[in-house]
Amino acid sequence: MGKPNQILILFAHPALEKSRVNRCLIQAVKGLDSVTIHDLYEVYPNFHIDVKFEQNLLLEHDIIVFHHPFYWYSSPALLKEWQDLVLEHGFAYGHEGIALRGKKFLTAITTGGGEQAYSQKGYNRFTIRQLLVPFEQTANLCGMEYLPPFVVQGTHKLREQNQIFKHAEDYHSVITALRDNRVDWEQLRQLKHFNQHLAQAIPTSEVTHHA
Amino acid sequence: MHSEGFFFQAFVYLMAAVLSVPIAQRLGLGSVLGYLLAGVIIGPFVLGFVGQEGSDVMHFAEFGVVMMLFLVGLELQPSLLWRLRVPILGLGGLQVAVTSLGIAGLGLLFGLSWQMALAVGMILSLSSTAIVLQTLNEKGLTKTEAGQSAFSVLLFQDIAVIPMLALLPLLEIARSSANSSVTVAANGLVFAAAETAEQGAALPGWQQALLVMGTVGGIIVAGRFLMRPVFRFIANTRLREMFTASALLLVIGITLAMQLVGLSPALGTFVAGVVLADNEYRHELETDIEPFKGLLLGLFFISVGASIDFNLLFQQPLLILGLVLGLAIAKFGVLFVLSKLFRLELSQGLMFAFALAQGGEFAFVLFSFATQNNILTPAVANPLVVVVALSMVLTPLLMIINEKLVQPRFRDLTPRPEADEIDDNENPVIIAGFGRFGQIVGRLLLANGCTITVLDHNATQIEMLRRFDWKVFYGDASRTDLLHAAGAEQAKLLVIAIDDPEKTLETVDRVRKHFPHLKILARASDRRHAYELIRRGVEVVQRETFGSALEMGVEALKALGVRSYRAHRAANTFREHDEQALQDMAHFTGDEKGLLARSRQMARDLEQLLRSDDRELTQDIDRAWDTTTLRKDR
Repeated sequence: MGKPNQILILFAHPALEKSRVNRCLIQAVKGLDSVTIHDLYEVYPNFHIDVKFEQNLLLEHDIIVFHHPFYWYSSPALLKEWQDLVLEHGFAYGHEGIALRGKKFLTAITTGGGEQAYSQKGYNRFTIRQLLVPFEQTANLCGMEYLPPFVVQGTHKLREQNQIFKHAEDYHSVITALRDNRVDWEQLRQLKHFNQHLAQAIPTSEVTHHA
Repeated sequence: MHSEGFFFQAFVYLMAAVLSVPIAQRLGLGSVLGYLLAGVIIGPFVLGFVGQEGSDVMHFAEFGVVMMLFLVGLELQPSLLWRLRVPILGLGGLQVAVTSLGIAGLGLLFGLSWQMALAVGMILSLSSTAIVLQTLNEKGLTKTEAGQSAFSVLLFQDIAVIPMLALLPLLEIARSSANSSVTVAANGLVFAAAETAEQGAALPGWQQALLVMGTVGGIIVAGRFLMRPVFRFIANTRLREMFTASALLLVIGITLAMQLVGLSPALGTFVAGVVLADNEYRHELETDIEPFKGLLLGLFFISVGASIDFNLLFQQPLLILGLVLGLAIAKFGVLFVLSKLFRLELSQGLMFAFALAQGGEFAFVLFSFATQNNILTPAVANPLVVVVALSMVLTPLLMIINEKLVQPRFRDLTPRPEADEIDDNENPVIIAGFGRFGQIVGRLLLANGCTITVLDHNATQIEMLRRFDWKVFYGDASRTDLLHAAGAEQAKLLVIAIDDPEKTLETVDRVRKHFPHLKILARASDRRHAYELIRRGVEVVQRETFGSALEMGVEALKALGVRSYRAHRAANTFREHDEQALQDMAHFTGDEKGLLARSRQMARDLEQLLRSDDRELTQDIDRAWDTTTLRKDR
């Protein structure tokens, strides 16, 4: 157990008051030590992003999480604006752009469609991993390690509060394991999604599974 | 010691109140008990400062009850009254009927004739509006389920006094055949509620009934249509005392009218209050009448204390105390059973039963009426008057027992959300000043389903908004009592949007002192004013012209050919920079008085602002979208 990793969760949801699942996920990681939740739509309702401030924030953290609903196979608009402005040439990429090198990058998304929808045969025709390629490549170009994404699927079908709770608990396990370096990186790299087999990725975890 | 001087009398009463009430409050006994004890002390049996005129004082002081019901009415919109109809008629009606019969039964056991027993039963079924409402108010229990139920019962009782006055004469012991019972009943009605009532030309019953209905109808119509222009006319004088005078005039006028037609003045003013409940001048009326009500009620309680006949008590201590206890237990029992019937929670039911387990102030009136009309013999009535007075003294004590010993047992229950049936003051937002600025704030809030209370002191403005169905009240926001009446205790936000910078600062200071929980959003007239507000720690300060001037700047940039998005971003950058500068300077610039110094300071501020080169702001706006560095990198 060395020093804990500093985690920055860049959270983007334009209408959090309408989202049961994301409210629950955020609640699960609120107030954790060494975890900063940066609620972009709350801080920049007018899309006027403070680039300097954001870049400093990135420098202070080791693991960057994009947490957002999966809109049109991508992020909500403000997070895209954030990428366009903050990941500057000369800061995030390019010859002198080495600020993010060696950090880890995680996508945490919620999708309305279920697992079947995101397959070659499904109506989305591509898998989640395929559709997330722009984010993966962005991380790559910035010299960050891209981790398998944390994905909550089929949110339209999540009726039961305890189903949602289970995802929230998983998210809590993932974030704390990343923070405390309790992740089996080798195992994790085999996985399609981080929360596909949590016990495999976080061996020492006390992941609780509801019957 | 019997100086007849009015001032001496006033001095004694006030002195007694000022000495005993704070002590009683400090001891946690509540003000009502303090007043009652003060009355006992200055009464004929201890110090003897006040004696035989006690009952005259009581009649005068009953006016406090009248005012109290007016204020209660003001807080009750007709629609709310309608919603309370089940508890009022059901709970109230059953309480009066069951208690009357129960006590009458006890009376029969004591060997009273059935007529006497029934009369005593009816009279003792009433509870004390003054004591109960005052006590509940003080403890902040009016909004609880028990408080609402108690209020409903009291309201029914106040209405029930009128038929009682009509029925009592029918129970006369030795009725002379010359008097047909119907005439006596009509006389009873004419007598109603005040012995000072003018025995107008004895009218036949149907004319009397028409007169009564006409008067009540008149009050309703006048309240609905006449009072608004009248109040506006008075408000335009901008003299506060005129408003106070007109408020008093209204209450006294109604009292007189009700006495003329032989109805209870308290009921008349209550009706007037309900009619005026959604009038925009309501808060102002409340704050003007409140102190009078408080003092007169105090006087009433003092005179009750002074009127307790201790001679009787010492002659038959066991009988009287036994009766007091019996009365309390009987009433408590009936109330508690009814509370179960109407599905009140146990803790609420107990509180409700404790609160109403005493005789009421109308009992004094009714007992003297009954003895004068040979319904009761003095031998029966006199001890009962003492019993009622003592039971009133008992009430605050019972409430303390309830609060300290009974209620704590129910603490573990989760607190219920408070019902808010008696009041609509509890909007989370109060907007003070509803001109060009406040209106926009208010419209946005309303469009998003927030309820707001609006205060404004411009009568014409109010009139205009009224026409569009806005809830607007007349009043000056810098007055603490008015903010209080507007529900500042329960509100979350206060938006100060008035166009008088000095008054804004005054209001901020007052609110900080009296309602520290309120979050303040204030409109600033200019930079200096904004500094003042920031220094006072106001959470949100908006300069009234800044936003629109900035928008104008954006339009100018666009007209010069700058792309919209760039102009928009430039303005945002400028805003952030300027807000920052405002915050910084607020804590640096000295607090200068005087217009000249002020304008000089303004000029200095501006210079400083201009010197900090605003042009550097545009430098880093959109570096990321600038591809020059990328081209170099290739």
